Amino acid sequence: MTTAVANEKKVVAHEVMGLTGNDAAAHALRQVNPDVAAVFPITPQTELMHKFSEFVANGQVETLLVNVESEHSAMSATVGASAAGARAITATSANGLALMWEIVAIASSLRLPIVMPVVNRAISGPLNIHCDHSDSMGCRDLGWIQLYSENSQEAYDNIIMAFRIGENPKVKLPVMVCLDGFILSHTMERVEIIADNKVVNDFTGEYKAEKGLLNPADPVTYGPLDLTDWLFEHKRQEVEGMKNAFGVVGEVSAEYGKLTGRSYDYVEKYMLDDAEVAVVALGSTAGTAKATVDELRAEGVKAGMLKIRMFRPFPGKLICDALAGCKAVSVMDRAFSFGLEGGPVFNEIRGAAYGAGLQVPMVSHIYGIGGRDINTEMIRGVFGQLKEIAGAGKVDGDIERYVGLRDY
Amino acid sequence: MADEKKVKGWKGVMDGGLVDPGTSEVYNTGSWRTYRPVWHEDRCIHCLQCWAFCPDMSIKAENEKFAGFDYYHCKGCGICAKICPVKGEKAITMVLESEAAAEEKKKQGGES
Repeated sequence: MTTAVANEKKVVAHEVMGLTGNDAAAHALRQVNPDVAAVFPITPQTELMHKFSEFVANGQVETLLVNVESEHSAMSATVGASAAGARAITATSANGLALMWEIVAIASSLRLPIVMPVVNRAISGPLNIHCDHSDSMGCRDLGWIQLYSENSQEAYDNIIMAFRIGENPKVKLPVMVCLDGFILSHTMERVEIIADNKVVNDFTGEYKAEKGLLNPADPVTYGPLDLTDWLFEHKRQEVEGMKNAFGVVGEVSAEYGKLTGRSYDYVEKYMLDDAEVAVVALGSTAGTAKATVDELRAEGVKAGMLKIRMFRPFPGKLICDALAGCKAVSVMDRAFSFGLEGGPVFNEIRGAAYGAGLQVPMVSHIYGIGGRDINTEMIRGVFGQLKEIAGAGKVDGDIERYVGLRDY
Repeated sequence: MADEKKVKGWKGVMDGGLVDPGTSEVYNTGSWRTYRPVWHEDRCIHCLQCWAFCPDMSIKAENEKFAGFDYYHCKGCGICAKICPVKGEKAITMVLESEAAAEEKKKQGGES
């Protein structure tokens, strides 16, 4: 069932649809109409490409869909297609991402602007199919831009924007659009999609690879041996692409905001301006944290929340500025960083805080591992600890804490 | 062949390690050689089997006749010497690179 929306605030017409996160992502890909999709099923991503393959079968897109025999092959085929000059996509989760790891790094090294939705799921083992961020956090140093989605609407919007971001000639980097497995991927939500495909096509534009292997007029070699004399230089170029991505994500998001009425920033501040205690979260937990902040505000607690939408490149300065007025902060991580005190997001923020001169007492709360539930009551518990820390002016006890763990 | 120019930095080359085609031509693989093929003109029948079999296009031919080796690219694999059909002592023999170099030096010294 679709209903046309007449909303004056929206610059372009939208349709309201009841969609799961996977379906919303598939609709975004349908409207972008990429040249090549290399697909392999893995829970909870499977339905995303299942839905997209329906669009292919129905002739709603012109995409060449390649059924491959593994995720390693999926990313390899995507790299090949992209190097040929095609707009290429794939999607995966958890162990699928782990299996394609080798080629994930090659995609960014060859500066191929592939777009890949990652439906977040715990990396086994022991075997688990539910949501945490151990998959995408595990490859945070592989040179991909990473956007995290709070809900299915954001997943849809981020995917459309991802093509423009990655394909920008100053960037030329692949983009991971992360959405939480099951919590978003399999839950039906109200999603507004752009009514006219042409609007999406005009926004993304036609992809013209700077150097495509199928252009005989300008032959080039992709992926030659790159030894002690050159690899350092090529990695430094990748750094520059990441640096440029910072501005490009902002420009593209602003343009998308004007087009659709939905604006996105690198980070989203929620009730943070006068907040004394705040949590930092990414993905669907940002929504749960907002609801918790609303409850606490109604009770007179000056609570706030900071959502990180863009994790790579890392907006450290913006995060530190946003948290500067707080008396205690918890960074909520849905992944471990074994051997390090605190989760990966926590440690990056604490590292940025040192450079920014931010002295706010900060703790790491690890939650939601392997799909363990996270609710407002649990986040209230986090805020309760923050109140104590704010009162003491320092962190007593453990830096790394757990939410929802049977800690006995 | 030494290039005295400053080697390019990361800003001066294509992103992602992409390279223009045909660059193997300027790469000195001749330095990998342990054995050097040496031609004996008196025994050569100019069948050009060495030219056909060389995997690195390092046999030069002119007017359908053997015209020397491209030592800048020849890796010294010895296929030319092996394929040479001349009976008895072959028209191409493999000589240790160090011995060939000493021989060359001696010859130059003797001539001057």
